[in-house]
Amino acid sequence: MNLAAKDIRHNVGRFGLTTIGIGMLLMVVMGMGGIYRGIEADATLLIDEVGADIWVVQKDTRGPFAEISRVPSNLLYRLEAVQGLSNAREFVFHTVQREHDGRALRIAIIGLSWPRDKGAWLVLTEGRPLLQNHYEMIADESLGLRLGEKVQLAKESYEVVGITSSMMSAAGDGLGFVTVADAQAIQFDTSGEALRLERAARKIRGEDSEIGANMPILLDQANRPSMEIPALSRPQISAVMASVEAGADIDQVMENLSGWSDVSVFTRQGQRDLLLKGSVEKVRQQIGLFRILLTIIAAIIMALILYTLTLDKIHTIALLKLVGAPNSKILGLIMQESLFIGVLGYGIAYLLGQRIFPNFPRRVILINDDLVQLGLIVIVISVVASFLGIWKAMRVSPNEALS
Amino acid sequence: MSESLAIVTEGLSKIYGSGNTEVVAMRDASVEVKHGEVVALLGPSGSGKSTFLTAVGLINPPTTGRVLINGEVVMDGPRAMTSLRRFRRREIGYVFQKSNLIPFLSAVENVQIVMEINGSGAAEGRRRALDLLEELGVRDRADNLPSMLSGGQQQRVAVARALANHPSIILADEPTAALDSSRGRQVMELFAQVAHDHGAGVIVVTHDQRALDVFDTLYEMEDGLIGRAEHPEGKRVKY
Repeated sequence: MNLAAKDIRHNVGRFGLTTIGIGMLLMVVMGMGGIYRGIEADATLLIDEVGADIWVVQKDTRGPFAEISRVPSNLLYRLEAVQGLSNAREFVFHTVQREHDGRALRIAIIGLSWPRDKGAWLVLTEGRPLLQNHYEMIADESLGLRLGEKVQLAKESYEVVGITSSMMSAAGDGLGFVTVADAQAIQFDTSGEALRLERAARKIRGEDSEIGANMPILLDQANRPSMEIPALSRPQISAVMASVEAGADIDQVMENLSGWSDVSVFTRQGQRDLLLKGSVEKVRQQIGLFRILLTIIAAIIMALILYTLTLDKIHTIALLKLVGAPNSKILGLIMQESLFIGVLGYGIAYLLGQRIFPNFPRRVILINDDLVQLGLIVIVISVVASFLGIWKAMRVSPNEALS
Repeated sequence: MSESLAIVTEGLSKIYGSGNTEVVAMRDASVEVKHGEVVALLGPSGSGKSTFLTAVGLINPPTTGRVLINGEVVMDGPRAMTSLRRFRRREIGYVFQKSNLIPFLSAVENVQIVMEINGSGAAEGRRRALDLLEELGVRDRADNLPSMLSGGQQQRVAVARALANHPSIILADEPTAALDSSRGRQVMELFAQVAHDHGAGVIVVTHDQRALDVFDTLYEMEDGLIGRAEHPEGKRVKY
């Protein structure tokens, strides 16, 4: 006869509520792990998906995903000349926040190197890749934009032509893909008044400088748009990425590029590692500590619950001892109830999580390894938590059955 | 009544505390109970009845003296001469003032559990449990939880549980205290029947003077000493 099963059936409401409580606590533990996995996946998503083997970024920076990186756009042509490299593409990345339909819309803008890159590598749930150089956008579904919807960014409006799923930046913002030119237009947008003021200031600076005095013709150029002034380069880009040709040795390519003193070069794995060891690592540590705390709290709560359940059964335990029940029978009663609460709580945590986590603002990714690991932890804390109740039960005298 | 001795106590005493706080709860208690004999132990509250019963029941060891069950020395002073838990399981049945049934087990399961603890199979245990409940007149409540039974029915189930492992002795501590006189007498008669039919030695601690005629032998305790008691039907009286 399984005493634990009988006791649970008799007190089904109490066990049920207890188990639901433990389940919700475990769901939080599970969710914390899922949030970390989500952050990790979001952080490395672009690096993994974009298919570049080499990332060339501003010297001594860790690349556009970790910090601000600025490289000249003509770097693209230098890379194209490197033996073993192909498919070099400009890469622009920045985040904007604008009002849209009365709500704050935060978009992580990715510039695609038109016409080489039209976003064909993106997995679209709806729509199509970019078909023109301007005013089209592929948006992630997390941005809440519909196909065909127009979004006003800088001075232009962009039509959503494709929808992706789960394409997020490391900060958790949904990605919006436009061409590099559009990304730069959005990034460096300046109001008309600001332009006029800058042109006037430019003229004054020119007049005050030696070069302005020596070459007055330069002052005639001051009123022209910046991009048309030969002395000024085009707006810079965040990075250039490239693929290693089939059969080429990536180590050899890296060695060749290591001689370029104006940029830093990373392999895909290098960029990934930098990201994971940077800001994501701190998040991982923070969440990891929080998980440990929650696990300890869950263990303490379970121990207290089991202790209380054992106290409620002291008379029964004393009676069992009196009629000669071996310790294993009593130990089994407490430990089975503990495991029941733990295992069922884990199941509830999983089922609740499956329904609740998709509604979280950031992705919560439950992977099998984490689920198995948490399952084992739950079994361990169920066993450990039962020790307090078992300790109490072992101290009960059969005498107490007579009271 | 078999002439073999189920219980023998020799000079049992129990002393709590020491020095100024010393309390002698029982002194030099010597008793013999034969198989098939039903014995009442009378006395006021605090006289040492329960101390004696728990010493004989191998729950609360005596300070000095010996307890023999079926001729085997089980306790020699506070020292256990055998595995007490196993001995309790096999040889002793207990009935308490309150029925002390396990609240989450049905009537039949409350009886069955002690047999399973003693190594019986589930089917065999259930069959015998049902037979005992039948014998005690509560077969129709076999699947009810204790909370659904009357006090008398609960006490019958407790008696069935005490009988489950064919114990050689049954110890009952004020088993009728919570019952009305009619049901109290029924329970006392039940003990007598059990002693006679099953050959167990039965000791019943009681305050209830209304059913003393049921017992074969009366003992009386006062201030920790076993003393003389008058038997209403002139049966044996023990000192």
